[in-house]
Amino acid sequence: MSLDNDFSHGCVEMIHGGGGRAMRRLIEDLFLQAFDNPLLRAGDDQACFQAAPGRMVMTTDSHVISPLFFPGGDIGALAVHGTVNDVCMSGATPLYLSAAFILEEGFPLRDLRRIVLSMAAAAQEAGVAIVTGDTKVVERGKGDGVFITTTGVGRLPDEVHCSAARVAAGDKILVNGFLGDHGVTILSQRENLTFEANLRSDSQSLQDLVAAMVAVAPDIHCMRDPTRGGLAATLNEISQQANVGMRLHEKAIPVRQEVRAACEFLGLDPLYVANEGKLVAFCAPERADALLQVMQSHPKGCDAAIIGEVIEDERRLVRLRTGFGGERVVDWRSGDPLPRIC
Amino acid sequence: MKYIDEFRNGDYAAEVARRIHAEADPGRRYRFMEFCGGHTHTLFRYGIPDLLPANVNMIHGPGCPVCVLPMARIDAAIELAVRHQVILCSYGDMLRVPGAHRTSLLKAKAQGADVRMLYSPADALRIAQENPQRQVVFFAIGFETTTPPTAAVLLKARQLALKNFSVFCNHVLTPPAITGILEPAQQAGERIIEGLVGPGHVSVITGGGAYESLAQRYHTPIVIAGFEPLDVLHAILLLVRQCNENRYEVENQYSRAVTACGNAKAQSMVAQTMTLRDRFEWRGLGWMPHSALEIRPEFADFDAEARFELSPSDARENRACECPAVLRGAKSPTDCKLFATLCTPDNPIGACMVSSEGACAAHFSYGHTR
Repeated sequence: MSLDNDFSHGCVEMIHGGGGRAMRRLIEDLFLQAFDNPLLRAGDDQACFQAAPGRMVMTTDSHVISPLFFPGGDIGALAVHGTVNDVCMSGATPLYLSAAFILEEGFPLRDLRRIVLSMAAAAQEAGVAIVTGDTKVVERGKGDGVFITTTGVGRLPDEVHCSAARVAAGDKILVNGFLGDHGVTILSQRENLTFEANLRSDSQSLQDLVAAMVAVAPDIHCMRDPTRGGLAATLNEISQQANVGMRLHEKAIPVRQEVRAACEFLGLDPLYVANEGKLVAFCAPERADALLQVMQSHPKGCDAAIIGEVIEDERRLVRLRTGFGGERVVDWRSGDPLPRIC
Repeated sequence: MKYIDEFRNGDYAAEVARRIHAEADPGRRYRFMEFCGGHTHTLFRYGIPDLLPANVNMIHGPGCPVCVLPMARIDAAIELAVRHQVILCSYGDMLRVPGAHRTSLLKAKAQGADVRMLYSPADALRIAQENPQRQVVFFAIGFETTTPPTAAVLLKARQLALKNFSVFCNHVLTPPAITGILEPAQQAGERIIEGLVGPGHVSVITGGGAYESLAQRYHTPIVIAGFEPLDVLHAILLLVRQCNENRYEVENQYSRAVTACGNAKAQSMVAQTMTLRDRFEWRGLGWMPHSALEIRPEFADFDAEARFELSPSDARENRACECPAVLRGAKSPTDCKLFATLCTPDNPIGACMVSSEGACAAHFSYGHTR
């Protein structure tokens, strides 16, 4: 049989994960070409690199999403952005990524190539190298097309100490832009819930924005990307970890009109909707204006805002001062958000 | 969206709240029940209780379609999915409601039953067309708002002559539920509420006229309200005024959507396909005559209760669960010993903790810490 990969009409077969020549050809024809760099080209089972002195950070994340392609991104770009952002939320500069693919038998090679090229472009944009990886194939029906796990390594400047434990009463809470774009875009593309929305996912890597922020305010107390569970889950996590409460101001929280409209229609709350290119930052109040200015002068933070402050509260609640004049608790969400019945 | 922003304007809200404070008589108590779960949600989401005087209290009513469905009907849906192995199509919130023995449709799904969440009954029809070898059942629930879409798919299924599609009908009616709350109190010579925030979306279908006789019979003012926070706050002001003036009328605050007669086309579709049940069990209110709909005999081919043999349920509510009293407005969620201890949104014991529109879930998510 021919081992040539037909990227126009072919599909993933069990043999592509079998450890033989077919697997080798897929790696050479696709992954090596797309991710090309000296460490990967060495072809060893591991990537060997010189570690710089100082502290390193490492994180890992698995990516599953339906649909695989959506306005503003795809699972490949997402797999890079998600892990790069997890690295840089520590204030670190991301350096290297690994990528492990679980492919379902029958998945079109054309789509796989599209995903891999998208990953390569996202990695290049973020300034990281994909230096090692893995490929497995599961039988048809035992996967969901493609799952991608990426692990990231980065270098952390000595003067940066981002941690939830440093969040303290008085800190200001900042976000770098509109919330909920990713989650609502994905919902709008679901097979049984298609609706017209002129929206794109905010999937993007934040390493350059974070570098600019750290340069002006190396004493940022904490940064985190509000992905699954949205802003509400992230703030509740940090409240628990730091033993503090928070007060948000609804009018200050940036949410696009389209996202608000879609959430209204579906009975969802934008505070609970996922993001893929956003960060929440906590800093001492006297540094907040300078930090906001730096964020707003960066393309990935031009819609940044101060959305609230950290308060003392032994019950560790996140409260929202509504635009209507009342106050409510922004609690953890239970399960997946479900559209209302009527 | 500008249209909605105006109904969330904090300056307007402050002005309406100021009027409520000015007009509410400090020597009186104003207990207003919001019938709809949607109104409960709005009250909490926007922090409206913060804006009210201490003697104006909101009491949550039975208007959450998920909450009022008794365990036995949930058990029947689970039985359809498990024993009869149908493709059971349901609105999302129903999947988590516990039936007997702490089962739920979600747990049945995890164990292999084919349970599918959908957003519209039309999706169930499509699934039936795509799976001609399987029986597909739509688990229909809700008040007058969700009934017309069910009627529409029944008409469509007959037109398509589908052999593998049926509806498990659990549609309930609002006026009997209001009667179920107010009648026992009237007979006991008690007054449990001074006014009622009437349903919004339901009234779009039924029309405001559906409540005239109730307001008169129980001397209770009813103000039909929209679901924006300013709608609800405005409705509270109108109720305060009616109480002060000893009036008990039906007022339509939601005039941008609700007419006196409602949606005639929707009413006609429902009348073609469904008829009154003699009696139906409501969680919290018990068995009530003529309070729900069943599928007409002419559409029996599409009636899951006629097509499948369903076992009697041995469901028993947890004795400590106060959902029945909460649904009648007799108790607050925080009066329940299980609230926020054994019963949470992650592990709901009572139905009021399941749906985001349930009184207990709304209390837990937005305000249980007050």
